[in-house]
Amino acid sequence: MSAEQTHSSAEVAARVERRWGTIAVIIVVMMALLAAFAGIHRATMPQPRVETTDPSRLHLSGEFVESNLGSVLEANGNVTVRAIGQQYSFTPACIVVPVDTPITLRATSADVVHGILIQGTNVNTMLVPGYISEQLMRFTKAGDYLMPCQEFCSFGHEGMWGKVKVIDKTEFADRAKSSGRLSCVGQ
Amino acid sequence: MLVNRKLILAHFWLAFGVFGIALTLGAWQMFIRSPIGTWLSNPELYYRSLTAHGTVMGYVFPTLVAMGFGYAISESALEQRLVGVRWAWAGFWLIVAGSVMAVIPIALGRASVLYTFYPPLIGNVFYYLGVVLVVVGSWVWVALMSVNLRVWRKAHPGAPVPLAMFANVAGSYLWAWTAVGAALELLLQIIPVAAGLKATIDAGLARIFFSWTLHAIVYFWLMPTYIAYYTIVPRAIGGRVYSDSMARISFILFLVVAMPIGMHHTFADPQVGAGFKFIHSAFTALVALPTLLTVFTICASVEIAARLRGGRGMFGWTRALPWDNPMMLALAFSFVMLGFGGAGGLINMSYQLDASIHNTQWITGHFHLIFGGAIVIMYFVIAYDLWPHLTGRELIDIRLIRTQLWLWFIGMIVTTFPWHWVGILGMPRRMAYFDFADPAIAPQALSVTLSAIGGFILLASGIMFIVILARGMRAPQVDAGPYRFAIAVHQPATVPVALNTHALWVALMIALTLTNYGYPILNLALSEGTSVPAVYVGAQ
Repeated sequence: MSAEQTHSSAEVAARVERRWGTIAVIIVVMMALLAAFAGIHRATMPQPRVETTDPSRLHLSGEFVESNLGSVLEANGNVTVRAIGQQYSFTPACIVVPVDTPITLRATSADVVHGILIQGTNVNTMLVPGYISEQLMRFTKAGDYLMPCQEFCSFGHEGMWGKVKVIDKTEFADRAKSSGRLSCVGQ
Repeated sequence: MLVNRKLILAHFWLAFGVFGIALTLGAWQMFIRSPIGTWLSNPELYYRSLTAHGTVMGYVFPTLVAMGFGYAISESALEQRLVGVRWAWAGFWLIVAGSVMAVIPIALGRASVLYTFYPPLIGNVFYYLGVVLVVVGSWVWVALMSVNLRVWRKAHPGAPVPLAMFANVAGSYLWAWTAVGAALELLLQIIPVAAGLKATIDAGLARIFFSWTLHAIVYFWLMPTYIAYYTIVPRAIGGRVYSDSMARISFILFLVVAMPIGMHHTFADPQVGAGFKFIHSAFTALVALPTLLTVFTICASVEIAARLRGGRGMFGWTRALPWDNPMMLALAFSFVMLGFGGAGGLINMSYQLDASIHNTQWITGHFHLIFGGAIVIMYFVIAYDLWPHLTGRELIDIRLIRTQLWLWFIGMIVTTFPWHWVGILGMPRRMAYFDFADPAIAPQALSVTLSAIGGFILLASGIMFIVILARGMRAPQVDAGPYRFAIAVHQPATVPVALNTHALWVALMIALTLTNYGYPILNLALSEGTSVPAVYVGAQ
C-alpha cells in the first residue's frame, strides 16, 4: 500500500464517519424538538410548579385536613381531587371521579416518599413529604382502576393499593349536590 | 506487562464472588414474588434481600470490575509497572471493610432502605458508613489512575496516550465526580440523621442529590464494556479499530454529558420545576450520541475483521465472522441487548412518555437488560480474555464458555421482556408480593412466571461463569504472552491535545453539572420548612 492510498482511505473513512455523526446529531436534535413541541403545543409535560407543605401539620389545618380530602365539583364543572399517602394506605382509599371531565389531582405524603400510579392510564406521580404533587387527568372510560403505591415506602409497601372509580357524569353531579367531598370508600 | 497480577485477581475474585451471592438473592426474589412461589409471611425479608442485591450489584461489583480492569489496563497499555501498589491494596481493603460493614445491618434487617436510600426512611448508620468506605476505596483507584498516567506522560512527552488508558482514566474521573452527589446526600443529610444528630431531613433535596449519582453511575458501569468494545474485541476477532479519534470523542462525550442529566429520574417529582426537567431531558438525548457513534465504529471494526477473513457482499460478510470466538458471541449479544435497552431508555428519558412507565416494572426490566445484559456480558468476556494472562494458565472450556454466554443472553431476554410488558400494564416496582387472585392483576401472572424462569437461567449461567474461572486457576500452565489491545486502521502518530488530555473535559463536566444542578440544589437547600421527620427502619 502506498502512502497516497493510505491517505485517501483515511479520508474516505473520515467522510463516512462524519456523515454518520451528522445523522446521529439530527436524530438527537429531532428528539429534543419533538419533546419541546409536545410540551408547549399540547401541554403534556411533567409537573411544572413547585409547591410546599408542612407534613407534620397536614392533619391540623390547610388544604389536606381530613374533611377536605376527596373529590369536589368546582363551579366551572371541573373536578379537584385531594388525597394523601401514608404508610401504608391512601386517603381516600377509593377515589371517585366523573368520566370525560378535566380533573386536577392534588396530593402529598404524610410521612415517607410514596407514589400514585393509576393502572391503564399515564397518571403517575411521586408523593414527596413536604411538597405538593399536582397532576391533570381525564378519564375517557368509566370503570374501576387499581391505584398502587409505586415507590418503596418500607415493609408494608406491597399492601398499599388504592382504587379509582370512574362513574357517569350525571351520577357524579347528583352525588356532589348532597355532600361536599366525595369518595367511594366502603362501596 | 502484567506485574501485579495478584492485585488484579483479588479485585476480580471479590467482584465475581459478591456477584454470585447477589445473583442468587435476585433469583430468589424473582421466584418468591411470582405465582410459583408462596407468599412470604414476612415481606421484610424481601426488602432485606433487595437492599443487599442492589447494594452489591450497584456499588460493589461493577466498581471492583472497573478497578481490577483499570489496573490491568494501566500496566499493560502503558507498559509500566503500577505506581502506588500499596495504595491500591489499601483501596481494596477499604472496599472489603465497607462491604462487610454495610452487609451486617442489612442482614439484621436494620437497613432495608434499598440501595437508593429513600430518605426520610433511615436505616442503621453503619450501612451508610459502609457504602461511604466502598466509595472512598474506589477514589483511591481514581487517584492512582491519574498518577500512573502522569508518570507515563513524563516519560513519553507528547506521545498519544493509548486509547484503553485514555478511556480508563476518563471513566475514573466520571466516577469520581458522579459519586459526589450521593456522597453529599450521605454526609450532609442522611448520616447526621442516622447517627441521631438531627431528626429531620429534606426528602426532595435528597432525591436531587441522588439523581446526580444515579444516572452517571450507569455510564461508569458501562465504561469497562465500551473499553472492551473498542480495544479488546477488534484484536480478539482479528480486526482493527475503525477510528481512533472517534473512539476518543465518544469517551469524552460520555465524560461531559453523562453527568448533568440525572433529573430525568425525577420527572414525576414535585420538588423540581418544568424548566430543569426539560433541560435534563434534552441533555439525556445528547448522551445517545456517543452510543450511536460507538455502534457505528464497532460495526465498522467488525466488518474489517470479516473482510480480512474473506467476507464478501453488503451483508454477506457477517457469515465470515468468527462466531465460535466467545468475544464475537458476547459482542453480538451485548449489541442486541444494548439496542433493545437503549430504545427503552429513550422512552424513559422522554419528557412525555416517561409518565406511562415511571416506577413500574418496565424500569426494572430496562436497567437489568442494559446493565445485567449488555454491560455484564462484556465483563464476563473481559475476565475470560484476561484470565490466562493473570493466572498463567489456559482457559480450556471454550465450549462451556460459549454455553455460558448463550445462557446469559437467553436468560436475560426471558427475564426482561415480560418484565417490560407487565410494566406497561402498570405493575409497580419493589413489591414483596402481588395478589394474583385479583382479576385485575391475574393477567400479569404468566409474565411474572416467565421472568422468574429467566432468573433461574441467569443463575445457572452465573454459576457456570464462576466454575469456568475457578477451573482456570488449575488448568495446565501456558505462556499467554503480553496482554495487547486492538490497534486502529490508521494508528495516529500524534493526537491533538484535546483528544489526548482530560483537563478541559473534566472542567466542562464540572461546569455543566454546576449549571444544571446548582440552581435546583441551592433553591431547595435554602427554602425553609421542607425538612420532614425521619422514619427509622426497624424501629416500628
